[in-house]
Amino acid sequence: MQALEANHVTKRYTNHVALDDVSLSIPPQTIFGLLGPNGAGKTTLIRIINQIINADAGEITLFGEKLEPRHIGSIGYLPEERGLYKKLKVGEQLTYFAQLKGLSRKDAVERSKWWIRKFEINDWWNKKVEDLSKGMAQKVQFISTVMHEPKLIILDEPFSGFDPVNAQLITKEILELKENGSTIIFSTHRMETVEDLCDHIALINKSKVILEGSKKQVKDSYRSSTFVVEHTGRIGMLPAAYEVVDQRILEGDYHRSIIKSNAAKPNQLIRDLTEVTEVYSFVEKIPTMSEIFINLVKGGSDE
Amino acid sequence: MNKIWLIVQREFLNRVQKKSFLIATIILPLIFPAIMAVLVYVSIQQKKNAEKETVQYVDESGLFVPDTSKFVFTKLTVPLSEATENYKKEGGFALLYIPKLDLYNPKGVSLYTRVSPSPSDLNSLEQMLENRIKEVKMQQFHIEQRMLDSLKTNVSIHSVKVSEAGEETSSDSKILFGVGMAAGIMMYMFIFIYGAQIMQGIIEEKTSKVVEVIVSSVRPFQLMMGKIVGLASVGLLQFLIWIILITTLSSVVLAYFGLQMPQQQMTEQVIQQQSQEQFKVLSALGQIPFSYVIVTFLFYFLGGYLMYGALFAAVGSSVDSPAEAQQFMFPITIPMLIAYFGLFTFILEDPHGPISVWLSLIPFTSPIAMMGRIAFGVPDWQLALSMLLLIAGFVFTTWIAGRIYRVGILMHGTKVNYKVLAKWFMMKG
Repeated sequence: MQALEANHVTKRYTNHVALDDVSLSIPPQTIFGLLGPNGAGKTTLIRIINQIINADAGEITLFGEKLEPRHIGSIGYLPEERGLYKKLKVGEQLTYFAQLKGLSRKDAVERSKWWIRKFEINDWWNKKVEDLSKGMAQKVQFISTVMHEPKLIILDEPFSGFDPVNAQLITKEILELKENGSTIIFSTHRMETVEDLCDHIALINKSKVILEGSKKQVKDSYRSSTFVVEHTGRIGMLPAAYEVVDQRILEGDYHRSIIKSNAAKPNQLIRDLTEVTEVYSFVEKIPTMSEIFINLVKGGSDE
Repeated sequence: MNKIWLIVQREFLNRVQKKSFLIATIILPLIFPAIMAVLVYVSIQQKKNAEKETVQYVDESGLFVPDTSKFVFTKLTVPLSEATENYKKEGGFALLYIPKLDLYNPKGVSLYTRVSPSPSDLNSLEQMLENRIKEVKMQQFHIEQRMLDSLKTNVSIHSVKVSEAGEETSSDSKILFGVGMAAGIMMYMFIFIYGAQIMQGIIEEKTSKVVEVIVSSVRPFQLMMGKIVGLASVGLLQFLIWIILITTLSSVVLAYFGLQMPQQQMTEQVIQQQSQEQFKVLSALGQIPFSYVIVTFLFYFLGGYLMYGALFAAVGSSVDSPAEAQQFMFPITIPMLIAYFGLFTFILEDPHGPISVWLSLIPFTSPIAMMGRIAFGVPDWQLALSMLLLIAGFVFTTWIAGRIYRVGILMHGTKVNYKVLAKWFMMKG
């Protein structure tokens, strides 16, 4: 059973279509990267999952059940635009948010205290949010997102505004939440985050899902049998099965070539190469998520 | 429902825990009477202590008999030209010139001053001359003051309100006028103050972006209603405290004066006269059913506040800053202003006239208009109809506001005008 499934979800506004027949499937206990350029429709989809707005057509299921207001308590949402009540004390704020998610007052206080201790920020309990630094407020916001132990956590650009130390802390928490059974949706355009953390991805561009699958699947499908080879001397002639895309001098006699193999397997290429040059390194050129992203989005806009 | 209750609680605690609430609630009812008392005291002292100014005068008519209760007069025996020359050089408060006068058409009386004279000074001088001329004329006609006095009669109508049940209550329209005016003005102020607070709170939530987190847990409508109701409960609490404060204070003040009055040295007659007057005022005050007025006031405050509060909420949700809100405040303010000016022009003058009745039935004006009328006695059917219409009005505005609110709070940086608002209103979930 999937953690979340979207079937043919469509949302229209007066002047444009925000989501056009979007279908997604998010496996449980994974980190799912929801990617796409600005204005692609990510926020609209997230708002629909959060039941802030309703879809015009299509259906969303959460762990096999049709999405309903009672599911609000099993979703945690960290919006891109962070916000807390400035005049409210940290403790009151966390308790209030947890209660709104359906926790009893007693549980809400207990959990807030537990998280405050976990993040080693005990002495913030009675501080007003307006007296906290931006990074501190972000931590409080993160706690408020996860403290009711939601099964589905939606994080919209979770690392913006964090310094590297805190970003690492949050990364650790996210991985821990995943270990404990939560499913996490990451909406971001930071490709290094996707590369490091995500198991599955979906790319939305112009209101449509143009790519979906596990990170490995996606990468495999974008392999182009291109290899990066470091060697001495220029490569002159290669069999017709190969194409030298690029060749440049690194240092002295060292060269780096990018070679595309049209049919031959890597081993064959190495064999063929050793005939003509001295090979120092040989790596398959696997596209980064960033390259795939740019490629697809740009390609799409050329249509 | 449970979540609305949570929001109401939060909103209530947020406001009540603030120092400003405590200050406003306790100081405000003391501050207005205190300011009034200080002003009255100062003006009395000023009058008492002010030295009388000296008026120099040149009297060619030979009529003028100075009345020295307000000014000190110095008669000049020089001609006017010389007097004005001197006045120019030496200055002084004023120089009054009275030429030879035709008693039936007195002209040419002039007052020379360095600075423009105050209307009240000018007035007392004019009156002095008028009285003098009257005296002279009376002598000419051989009329004695005694005759004139006996011509004057004072009639004061004792108004008695008769109810269908046959009860008779005496009423004093001046006091009713005062009660109506005070209640109407208070209603106007409170609806505005509390409405503006809702708007501000919503703009704050929107600009601090906290609203997106909240609406992922509760429906936008729940959030809006929670805020409106939360603030209403703050208002009611504030009223309750005020009513208690004012009743205690006024009973203390009354008790104090009650002790003071008889101690003053007065003749029997004066005491009798005065206490009779006092008795009249007190009995007229006693005739006003204050608890009835207060209960209706609370109802109309709640109703009017809820109705306007929803509109203020809609405005708050659609803008990014209080400055932007101004453009939408205007249409909200208009009916309030109509009711407010209506209060002074028709309602208090003629509380049972057709315009007054209409204004007190239409929900947008009824909270203020009805307060102006209530002390004069309003037929039950009108009150019931007006209350029903007010409830309908607030359901209606809440419905409109809810539809605008749910879209508005998620919109940032859009240029909002009435067309956009209409679009949001029509937008489906």
